[in-house]
Amino acid sequence: MNKFKLMLLGASSLILSAGLPAATVQAENLTIAFIDALSGPFAATGLGSGRELKHAVEKFLNGKEVAGEKLEVEFLELDGKINPKESLVQLQNAISQGAKYIFHNSGSSVGHALVGAINKHNKRNPDNRVLYLNYGAIDPALTGSKCSFWHFMIDANVDMKVSALVDEIAKDKSVKKAFIIGQDYSFGKAFSAAAKKYLADKRPDIEIVGDQLHPIGKVKDFTPYAQKILRSKADVVMTGNWGADMINLAKSVKEIGTEANIYGIYAYGPGVSAVVGESGLGKLSIVTQGHINPPNTPEWAAYTDEFLAKHPGNDMSNERTVYGVQMLGEAFVKAGSTDPLKVAFALEDLEFTTISGDKVVMRGKDHQMQMPLQVMAHAKDGLKYDFDQSGYGVITTSSIPLENNTLETSCEMQRPS
Amino acid sequence: MSNLTQIRKAENIARKKRLRILWLCFAVILVVLPLLATKFGLTILTQICVASVFALAYNMLLGQGGMLSFGHAVYFGLGGYASIHLMEYVGTGGAPIPLVLTPIFGGLFGLVAALLIGSFSTRRAGTVFAMISFGIAELVAASAIILVGFFGGEEGMSSDRTMGPSFFGYEMIPQIEVYYFAAVWFFLATFAMYYFSRSPAGRMANAVRDNAERAQFIGYNPQKIRLVSFVASGFFAGIAGGIFAIQYEIVTDSNLNTAASGLVMLQAYIGGIGYFVGPVIGAIVMTLLNTVVSGMTDLWLLYTGLLFIGTVLLAPNGLTGLIMMHTDAYRNGKLSTLVKPYLIGLIPLTASFVGIISLVEMFSHRNEQTVGDDVMPLFFMNIDVSTSEAWIAFTILSLAGIIGLRFTIPMVRTAWHEANEALTLPASPTKQEGAKNE
Amino acid sequence: MLETVIFSLLNGLVYGLLLFLLASGLTLIFSMMGVLNLAHAGFYMLAAYFAYTISLYMGFWFGILLAPLIVGLIGGLVERYGLRQVHQFGHVPELIFTFGVAFLLEEVVQFIWGRDQLAYNKPEILEGALFTLFGADFPIYKMFMLIVSVLIFITLFLVLKHTRIGLIIRAAVGHPQVVGMLGHNVPLIFMVTFGVGTALAGLAGAIAGPVLGTYPGMASGLGGIMFVVVIFGGLGSLGGAFIASIMIGLIQTFAIAIDGSLADVLALAGIIVTEETFMYDIWSTTMPQVAPLIPYLMMVVMLIFRPTGLMGARES
Repeated sequence: MNKFKLMLLGASSLILSAGLPAATVQAENLTIAFIDALSGPFAATGLGSGRELKHAVEKFLNGKEVAGEKLEVEFLELDGKINPKESLVQLQNAISQGAKYIFHNSGSSVGHALVGAINKHNKRNPDNRVLYLNYGAIDPALTGSKCSFWHFMIDANVDMKVSALVDEIAKDKSVKKAFIIGQDYSFGKAFSAAAKKYLADKRPDIEIVGDQLHPIGKVKDFTPYAQKILRSKADVVMTGNWGADMINLAKSVKEIGTEANIYGIYAYGPGVSAVVGESGLGKLSIVTQGHINPPNTPEWAAYTDEFLAKHPGNDMSNERTVYGVQMLGEAFVKAGSTDPLKVAFALEDLEFTTISGDKVVMRGKDHQMQMPLQVMAHAKDGLKYDFDQSGYGVITTSSIPLENNTLETSCEMQRPS
Repeated sequence: MSNLTQIRKAENIARKKRLRILWLCFAVILVVLPLLATKFGLTILTQICVASVFALAYNMLLGQGGMLSFGHAVYFGLGGYASIHLMEYVGTGGAPIPLVLTPIFGGLFGLVAALLIGSFSTRRAGTVFAMISFGIAELVAASAIILVGFFGGEEGMSSDRTMGPSFFGYEMIPQIEVYYFAAVWFFLATFAMYYFSRSPAGRMANAVRDNAERAQFIGYNPQKIRLVSFVASGFFAGIAGGIFAIQYEIVTDSNLNTAASGLVMLQAYIGGIGYFVGPVIGAIVMTLLNTVVSGMTDLWLLYTGLLFIGTVLLAPNGLTGLIMMHTDAYRNGKLSTLVKPYLIGLIPLTASFVGIISLVEMFSHRNEQTVGDDVMPLFFMNIDVSTSEAWIAFTILSLAGIIGLRFTIPMVRTAWHEANEALTLPASPTKQEGAKNE
Repeated sequence: MLETVIFSLLNGLVYGLLLFLLASGLTLIFSMMGVLNLAHAGFYMLAAYFAYTISLYMGFWFGILLAPLIVGLIGGLVERYGLRQVHQFGHVPELIFTFGVAFLLEEVVQFIWGRDQLAYNKPEILEGALFTLFGADFPIYKMFMLIVSVLIFITLFLVLKHTRIGLIIRAAVGHPQVVGMLGHNVPLIFMVTFGVGTALAGLAGAIAGPVLGTYPGMASGLGGIMFVVVIFGGLGSLGGAFIASIMIGLIQTFAIAIDGSLADVLALAGIIVTEETFMYDIWSTTMPQVAPLIPYLMMVVMLIFRPTGLMGARES
């Protein structure tokens, strides 16, 4: 039985060594954790937006003076694999390493899980609360029926984007048939519901000829779906697809040669714009935030240049990342502290002007950022910034001001007393 | 004759006593460790408890029963889902069951699922069994996305562990309470699994693993034996799922897919499937890789893969096997003679290790760095990857290490043989037996 | 309706034949050596990456020519210095080893080429549509894939049926021990088989890379489907693997083309399913949702009732 004893010795020394490296991690001024897909089919999206976030944090938060003290930011990048369970495992790792602010981009299913877990955590650990800054999980329920005091959405939600998207479609009187396709999870379903709702509201004459959900991140060849779109004789295809699912959808739709115009909210960026290429000119419209082309302000152009010089070819379309970080900085100053509770109150109804000159408000009622949106078109000419050095990118064609983009909320916020 | 029985009896008593001390040590370690750990350490320890139970359960199949499963996470996941449903049921006022008992419920659910699936999948062993388990894992994982009612689809199922009635004032709110909850279940499950492996059913599983036909000749039905192991393993996997459900309060399809199944196999194998405690060692190593090393380097999965392949090729008995290689030397009282050669061997080993890892890390840094950011931290130094000096230095270090290893390995090997040889003749066969059974 | 059938048939064939191209190598390895090479899809991915890198310097055609050769060589080395070592311990350690190789390949690929999707594109000459049918284009490249797959099938078939090597292989599939006794160098045969098998996977990867995307996740999911093909088709049966590949290809595409659920079927019978109905999830699941699940169902059912597979001669 000596073996057993030896084992135990080995095991305990190994366990002990687990505690040691952990001890060196803490005692940092401010820890920010980024939880997103850093591996798997959506790794490209997650890594790209992670670099954007890290750059913004270094630019706007690191060294910022809050209540007379200079912030020293530690940035944790954790792989949540856009899976709710993996993300919660990483959330617990992040919190136990002292993270107070959790940034997350992709996956509304992850968003729901994080909100749920952070609600519970903050209730159970009032002395160690965390805030969730969400700039990509845009299921409207997150600022609607499931809204939380600890969650802030730094992007227009699906309803806001789709409402604007339908406005854009509605302008084209020749459109008679629409096909909706999306990923089979909370976001895809929310997109489809919003598309149906706003089409019925704004253009009841448009027939919905397809409402298709496909497994997220698992379809390798979208040809059968493209085939279905073609067969439906749709004039427009509406999609919420993003990342690899958008790239592959665009590939197949292009290959099969459909005449339908595509309206998307993530139908641009690295991969997508290059794949769509020539055939997408005049056929691909996007409603989103940000000012890629033309960059609205010299500050924004300079910021983008600096970022791209450091990370050539990286995605720089998630401008809202910068808003979120800027806004957090403002809230630190306003609260005079980095304590999540104080900062959360400071964030409510915080109004500020973004680096690209937009006026945005963090609505206190539901923690949904109110922001102007832009209609963009897939383009080749007049671009300052293209994607993948492909020569293709997006250009802003019209703007939707904040006032036209304000939707009611069903949120009943529970505030800590 | 009576003399021999007496000796055996005395030996038996001594062994039992030692065993009791070991269990006590195990319990003490579980109690004391968290007091020394940081917050992050505590999270890691809880993860280790869950992973260990699951890996031990898995090894009931692979190590003790010789059945390679590529889908054992199914029972872990189903146990987890069942536990979440129980938590919801209790939380919404269904029944006042203390939630600390959740894992037993998860275990029972895993047991039933294993019974259903095992009734046909255990008919064969080997590749056919492996492939059925794989197919079923894919089926269940795909169903988990579709059948929203039970599995919650892509979002999975979540609940709240604090909603149930408190268990003698114990509510599992802070992490430390969750740890002790997991540790108690870890202890109980390990205890049960150990004695299962020592029971006739466990022994028969060994027999069927080694030679199914022979077992059949003496009148045992190999399929039944396999089914018993399978069901028991499903039960403990379900318990692990239940602990997980309490710790993270969420269970999704990624708890039961083939990737999760592959991970547990990795853990068991790296730890050493031939030993009872092997999977625990594997679970500890893998959890540390997953938490601590992943925080230091993006390449941790690469290292995990290398460790795994290295284990398969060079140390088929796993890390535990490497430790257990020294039991004879220990018995001979010659363990101390190994210290010096090992220390000498450690020098080139460390050199090549540091050298190669540095080269790999520098390559990766050069590929993914931001422009102009040439300096990277590496083994407590700051290395500028744009200079050729760094590359040359680490290449020389690796080469020197490898050449050094060529000289030291024979020396270490001789030393090891000498330490083992002294009076091994009678001990050798028992060692073999022991290694297999434990 | 007709256009749907024709197009689904075409697409199903393309996908099915690609699967066959992949699975043919796996079948070869599995039948000769009794090892289900779990890393097979990994070699497929590796080849796509090699083909991409080669195509940057020497053009597309050299890429699809050289990449399979390199991968075949690597496959041979893996057999020689890895698999052969664990062979003595039996099939379970072999499976575990190939699992490890699969795991490692995915990491190595990311280590060398990064985690982003690569711009591995088809050559100019294969760009564009071959013909247009009912308003839908059929790309030239798909026809190219189809032709390559069919050519490989015919070649393999002829080699197996009419050459000496084929004779040995067929003998080895049926009676692996006897071949060794007849004086053939079994370790060498194994190494070559493994190399050729992985090279075939490599060919599939090199030609699939441009259409299905070249990224670290390209092997995931495919590996599983390939085992289905091999096991469903039957051990050592190229014909069986062929049938199984085509079946899966067709099922996958037709399932997406058809929108229907059990609820629709029940509705025909006058039973209306609502959200309150017992087990609503099952009734409302649509064909496209079920599609990814069908191959595994096929495999499990086959393994339970006929472990030799569709056309196999013996079990593993």
